Amino acid sequence: MLAAIDPAALDDMSFLRVRGLGKSFGEQTVYRDFDLDLPRGKFTTIFGPNGCGKSTLINMMSGITPFDRGSVQIGGQDLRAAKIGYVFQNYRDSLFPWMRAIENIEYPLKVRGVSKTKQNERVEQLIAAFEIKLDLKQYTYEMSGGQQQLVAILRALVSDPEVLFLDEPFSALDYEMTLYMRDKLQDVFLETGLTMVLVSHDLEEAVYLADRILILSKRPTRVVEMISYETMRPRTTEIMGESEFVHTKQHALDLFRAEMAR
Amino acid sequence: MSAVSEQLGIGRSVQASKWRRPRLSAFIPAIGPVAFFLLWWAVCASHLVRSVLLPSPIDTVAYGFDAFIHGTMAADAGVTISRTLISFVIGAALGVPIGVAFGSNVRLYRSVEFLVDFFRSTPASALIPLFILFFGISDLNKIAIAGFSVFLIVMFNSAYGVMNARKTRLLAAKVMGASPYQMFRDVLIYESLPQTFVGLRNGISTALVIVVVAEMFIGADLGLGHRIIEGEQILHVTDMYASIIVAGLVGYALNMLFMLVDKRLIHWNGK
Repeated sequence: MLAAIDPAALDDMSFLRVRGLGKSFGEQTVYRDFDLDLPRGKFTTIFGPNGCGKSTLINMMSGITPFDRGSVQIGGQDLRAAKIGYVFQNYRDSLFPWMRAIENIEYPLKVRGVSKTKQNERVEQLIAAFEIKLDLKQYTYEMSGGQQQLVAILRALVSDPEVLFLDEPFSALDYEMTLYMRDKLQDVFLETGLTMVLVSHDLEEAVYLADRILILSKRPTRVVEMISYETMRPRTTEIMGESEFVHTKQHALDLFRAEMAR
Repeated sequence: MSAVSEQLGIGRSVQASKWRRPRLSAFIPAIGPVAFFLLWWAVCASHLVRSVLLPSPIDTVAYGFDAFIHGTMAADAGVTISRTLISFVIGAALGVPIGVAFGSNVRLYRSVEFLVDFFRSTPASALIPLFILFFGISDLNKIAIAGFSVFLIVMFNSAYGVMNARKTRLLAAKVMGASPYQMFRDVLIYESLPQTFVGLRNGISTALVIVVVAEMFIGADLGLGHRIIEGEQILHVTDMYASIIVAGLVGYALNMLFMLVDKRLIHWNGK
């Protein structure tokens, strides 16, 4: 028997739909009756004070952390039925060092029982699409931090996820590499049109990458504002001097500071 | 951005293949053993200790070689090694799977934690009489008690390896859609391997210790332990010293072998 499909669920503006979310850690309530709608095919970044539960939010939306109450739907389906890509902050602890880089990237396909030939095809296609030059025969610990995080991103992309979640993916990289990786990620976004949700502690990054910047409050967490930033892509570092970027960043900073003072 | 692209480029082989002269520093590891034998020789030459108690190092080593090639030293060493390996294999074959099972279920482990810690802390030699009661003074006895010690060490380390697996890797597998069995087979086992190998290395060393002790005190007619105690009792000290050196070499070789296998097999450890 087919479940009745809620027409609103197909609404692109509510592709990722959170309703009545509740989560406590012991006595601490982090989320209470939390609602959120994220649009399909947009890049949303999440920014907020330390400890407000940014990572907890994407962990709950991706099914890593269980929640106490409420529901998360992706494309009108329960999140457990959705295909999810997730990039961890700490690539060193999330990649499998006993596998070569190529085996790491293929692993999500292997888990799903995809044949070895299909696995190879898919990875080659992925590498070609993003013009990434990596020696995938290497073990991950033989690679630089940026290369490892690239492998982690490819691993998250390989199984064609419906949503790609990234938890402060560039925070362990130096600035030069961070700039490069932002642009690579933007390429991936433009190429695939994937719905992306990225947690950042860096406001410049949060604005630069985003179509929507979600500003969160202190605990218990609320949405302070969802800021739109519609500057054309591909964006380059030059846009950081443009008035729209400066104004958006300033507005987000004002909200953030008001929240800190509260 | 070219610098970064280059950094991300095909991993160039950055082997430091600089030609190096053999330096004096290459001989540093030899200083200790050479000094040790010189000191030994000096003590003998000065007649500080009666030669009945301490033969000269040259005599000892020469005798050792002769006993190894023409005498029964090789046979004794072989028996000791084979007892050590058999008890190690039995202890490890039981210890690894049981340890992994206990480690995967923390409650189960907590229920036996005290027992494991108690027997781990009990000197295995204190249990020799108990094992004599059950297994008699046979070969089986020596293997049983050494195997028991190996089992405890290996099981404990495997259990801890599994329990201390990094959660991020398990979560990564989970979010990629891995089943509990796949998470176990593809992640948990590998995560526990470095700690399991610590257990195996300690296990093989312990097995040798227990086997040699058991050979001394549980009626053996072969084995390095037997040979050492006999050398002492009939005051054939040259044989005793040579046997001690051979026992030491066996222990060192086993340890080296395991370190080598460890490095090859668990190549990612510590990186």
